[in-house]
Amino acid sequence: MAYSKELLDHYENPKNVGSMDKDSAEVGTGLVGAPACGDVMKLQIKVNKKGVIEDAKFKTFGCGSAIASSSLITEWVKGKNLDEAHSIKNTEIANHLALPPVKIHCSILAEDAIKAAIDDYKKKNRKNR
Amino acid sequence: MKQIKNIYFDYQATTPVDPRVLKKMMPYFGEIYGNPHSRNHSYGWEAEEGVEVAREQVANLIGANPKEIIFTSGATESNNLAIKGVAEFYGDKKNHIITCVTEHKCVLESCRNLDGKGFKITYLPVSSDGLIDLDLLKKEITDKTLLVSIMGVHNEIGVIQPLEKIGQICRENEVFFHTDCAQAIGKIPLDVEKMNIDLMSISGHKIYAPKGVGALYIRRKPRVRISSMISGGGQERGMRSGTLSPALCVGLGEACNIYSQEMEQENKMLSKFKKMMLDGIRKACPDVYLNGSEMSRVPGNLNLSFAYVEGESLMMGIKNLAVSSGSACTSASLEPSYVLKALGVEEELAHTSLRIGFGRFTTENEVKYATKTIVSEVMRLRELSPLWEMAQEGVDISKIKWAHH
Repeated sequence: MAYSKELLDHYENPKNVGSMDKDSAEVGTGLVGAPACGDVMKLQIKVNKKGVIEDAKFKTFGCGSAIASSSLITEWVKGKNLDEAHSIKNTEIANHLALPPVKIHCSILAEDAIKAAIDDYKKKNRKNR
Repeated sequence: MKQIKNIYFDYQATTPVDPRVLKKMMPYFGEIYGNPHSRNHSYGWEAEEGVEVAREQVANLIGANPKEIIFTSGATESNNLAIKGVAEFYGDKKNHIITCVTEHKCVLESCRNLDGKGFKITYLPVSSDGLIDLDLLKKEITDKTLLVSIMGVHNEIGVIQPLEKIGQICRENEVFFHTDCAQAIGKIPLDVEKMNIDLMSISGHKIYAPKGVGALYIRRKPRVRISSMISGGGQERGMRSGTLSPALCVGLGEACNIYSQEMEQENKMLSKFKKMMLDGIRKACPDVYLNGSEMSRVPGNLNLSFAYVEGESLMMGIKNLAVSSGSACTSASLEPSYVLKALGVEEELAHTSLRIGFGRFTTENEVKYATKTIVSEVMRLRELSPLWEMAQEGVDISKIKWAHH
């Protein structure tokens, strides 16, 4: 099975690896997947006062496709507002990375992760107001 | 970009043909082309002689009589023939078979096939070291038990089952003992008399002979009868019809002959490599676990779990090292290995496992390079792993409520 150039590049040189302070009000954290299923994604976004995602970080336990999917989505969400980020579809990730059919679930997980991070951010900031 | 040479570390999946084996085979693709079953001319006799020498070489390696060896297409056929053949021949007298949950698929599937045909199958569990419990084996044997089928050396985790003790229990209870020795022959000393083995499956391509050839040992004293699976001209004493390939048989014979002389020496080299890699990895990486018994295992197999690093991503990172995640037969599926599950390895750890296999043509430099590459890639991927981060922060991963997909 040959992986695409894009996928290999994100796997070998993943963008935005790291962690942010999950207790900060500006940060939303999504943690999806399960170790027993072989995939866990942690995706974090930092949102500014205008509601725009300023920064994004991830850490992923999973196959190369899962790592590449998370790396790609952190690149995509930066500079987007929450609604735009929320509307990213897994199929766009799968197409961009040319994921093979058995790896489509990795792109779904990335979509779930960004949605979970946005939800977490919104929940936190609703309380604060 | 510098092109890095691929290095083979998957000797349990298959082995390259030893050049010495190939050399012995070559004439049988050319000038010696007779049908080994032709009795009327020198063409046949010459081919037959090659086959009979090979039969003797196979027999010698396991302490058998050449008349007790029949050639097959490989261990899968041998296992099918042994289990189904004995079952069909004796099925009206005894209908119980004991095997083990970690056996190769071809043994499990052969048993499952019989399960629907009036046979009762008992699948022995294994303990966390991958070995069966001999007391449990004794307990499961009844007066209806026809056959016990337990493999010699495990394909995935490399553990050695106590064949001599199993053989003794079987003999005392007048139960036939079949053992799949595809991964055992040449790797550990085998003696069908000392171990009371009644049927033994052998594969060519795991021992530097070509793919497409194997053998089955079938005891003559006391005699074990099997029904044949293939109808035809009655070759191989009526147990396996079809014209033999002298070239393939000669290859298997020579491969066994080499092991008769070099097993000890080769094991010494492999033990050194195994220790080098295991020590090197353990020294540099915490939380690495060896799957299967550390004592009772062949030196050419390391099955390791690298906690917090998913196995497929690790394989992608060390892509010039040809290793295997789980067994080659099941690695197309995303399920973790049924063998590791049977050992009680937790699913999250099973997902982090690699099988690294050394063999005759592995070099010390390759082992050193592979150790370094694996260590640096495990470290890199752990920096990417949220589970590693949690573990470092002291979070108990098993206590988190994960959303299962």
